[in-house]
Amino acid sequence: MKEISELNLPEDIKYSKDHEWAKAEDDIVTIGINDYAQDQLGEIVFIEVPEVGDTLEKGDEFGTVESVKAVSEVYTPVSGEVVEVNESLEDAPENVNNSPYEDGWIIKIKAGDLSELDNLLDKTAYLKMLEG
Amino acid sequence: MRYLPHTEQDIQEMLKKTGHTSLDDLFKTIPAQCQLKKELDLPEALTEWELDSHMEELASLNAAFPKQKIFIGAGSYPHYIPSLIPYIAGRSEFATAYTPYQPEISQGTLQGIYEFQTMITELLGTDVATASHYDCGTALAEALLIALKKKKKLNKIALSSLIHPHHRQIIKTYLDPRGCEIVDLPFKDDGTTDFSPLDAMDDIAGIAIQSPNFFGCIENLEQAKAIADSKKALFITSFTECLAYGLLKSPGKCGVDLVAGEGQSLGIPQSFGGPGLGILTSSKKYIRDLPGRYVGRTKDKNGETGFVLTLSTREQHIRREKAGSNICSNNGLNALTAGIYLAAAGKNGIRALAQLNHDKAVFLEKELHKAGFTTPFSQPFFNEFVVKAPKGFKEKRDAVKKNKGMVPGLALEKYYPLLKDHYLFCATEVFSKKDMETMVREVK
Repeated sequence: MKEISELNLPEDIKYSKDHEWAKAEDDIVTIGINDYAQDQLGEIVFIEVPEVGDTLEKGDEFGTVESVKAVSEVYTPVSGEVVEVNESLEDAPENVNNSPYEDGWIIKIKAGDLSELDNLLDKTAYLKMLEG
Repeated sequence: MRYLPHTEQDIQEMLKKTGHTSLDDLFKTIPAQCQLKKELDLPEALTEWELDSHMEELASLNAAFPKQKIFIGAGSYPHYIPSLIPYIAGRSEFATAYTPYQPEISQGTLQGIYEFQTMITELLGTDVATASHYDCGTALAEALLIALKKKKKLNKIALSSLIHPHHRQIIKTYLDPRGCEIVDLPFKDDGTTDFSPLDAMDDIAGIAIQSPNFFGCIENLEQAKAIADSKKALFITSFTECLAYGLLKSPGKCGVDLVAGEGQSLGIPQSFGGPGLGILTSSKKYIRDLPGRYVGRTKDKNGETGFVLTLSTREQHIRREKAGSNICSNNGLNALTAGIYLAAAGKNGIRALAQLNHDKAVFLEKELHKAGFTTPFSQPFFNEFVVKAPKGFKEKRDAVKKNKGMVPGLALEKYYPLLKDHYLFCATEVFSKKDMETMVREVK
């Protein structure tokens, strides 16, 4: 497992306390799990995603990530409608391990209120939380 | 299944192993006042030939196929069971004490289940089938639970009133405690489901219909699928007569999401209505949602083909509080039997048998028409159908039941109070032309 200093945590995205990440482009927010979460879970074997068109409230569970070690729920940090899910994860769930911020994104939400993202942490605050 | 009693020697060997001096010593942890110190109040033991004749006498009190001619299906169908089926199912390769978790000693059973799953998906046009469930009713209830699990925010399902009444009862038992609302879909004049109550609803998690339905009529699955899609609901179908899909377009090809069914017609005796064989099958999309388990084909470390429990819903093991279902049992012996039956009949055999069933039923309907019965529903049927009886039939039916060892049809009024004088008849390959002519003559 990685040391905290080894984690890949880009500057231009936001982090939730539950280890999801979110990145807004206009009102479309891409969501995934971050490097720390994928590293803790280990080899990921299955990702359950919602259906396109589902509406989610901030804090709702939107799927599960199953690794050889554990299963975790994932929660959306923003309310809105699911406009896209990463279908490549069905055949290649390991993308989340290998590329958590690029090929391993999980869903895209058309956000109702982007200010909900203000509650998320930036890299520095997230690292501080991890270090406890 | 064999019965192997313990000999005195077996008992002594086991006591030696457990370190007890006698059976009384073994049971001494049971408080004395709870131990039965006298013989059971039972009649004297019989000799084998006395027992045999006693059982014969009891059995003769039952009205049972094939001695009696019972022209009823309604969920349990009289079909011929070729003698090779019980012979193969009883072979020692298939013997297992319980669920085959250990592939190293259960290859026969595992391969049997694998072949069963494969042939069921071929028959029904779906991608995956589970290793089996108790019966159609419980499998259908499980399918509805999946719809409710997939549509987390909804707690309403729609059920055709032409799903077998017993299955609807089972579903109610499953869904009532979770406060799920069940919308009852009535039937139309042609004998198929009326979807009009759904027009004003958009919060349905799943829509379930049976085809052929309880009246024997074949539902239009493609049309129903389009309605379900327009409501964003899962579309679930069931069937009680598996053989129908030897002729009909498969539910999988009609786009059905989940298919539940009864496999009793596939070589399983009717007994007293059970045990049956619950079939549950779906498109690949729901592979992670189906309860129970799948058997898969794989290679062992030497590269040899082998069979193993491949997948079961993880919630049944590691996140039980999240499980949509905790059903784990499968009807292994009956699934094996159905697999042997399907393999023995083959694709052409199943089709020919299905055609024969349909032809016999068409003949029976025509004979009944000659005797003054009328057909209320215009929709085509497979091997059972509803007729409205002429005046005086009820009395004649009672007399024929009592005196001639025949049961002409099932009275529908008990299940559908509006259908007074309506009877559900069934004909399968086991009824001869003469059987049907005789029965119709008796009730004319």
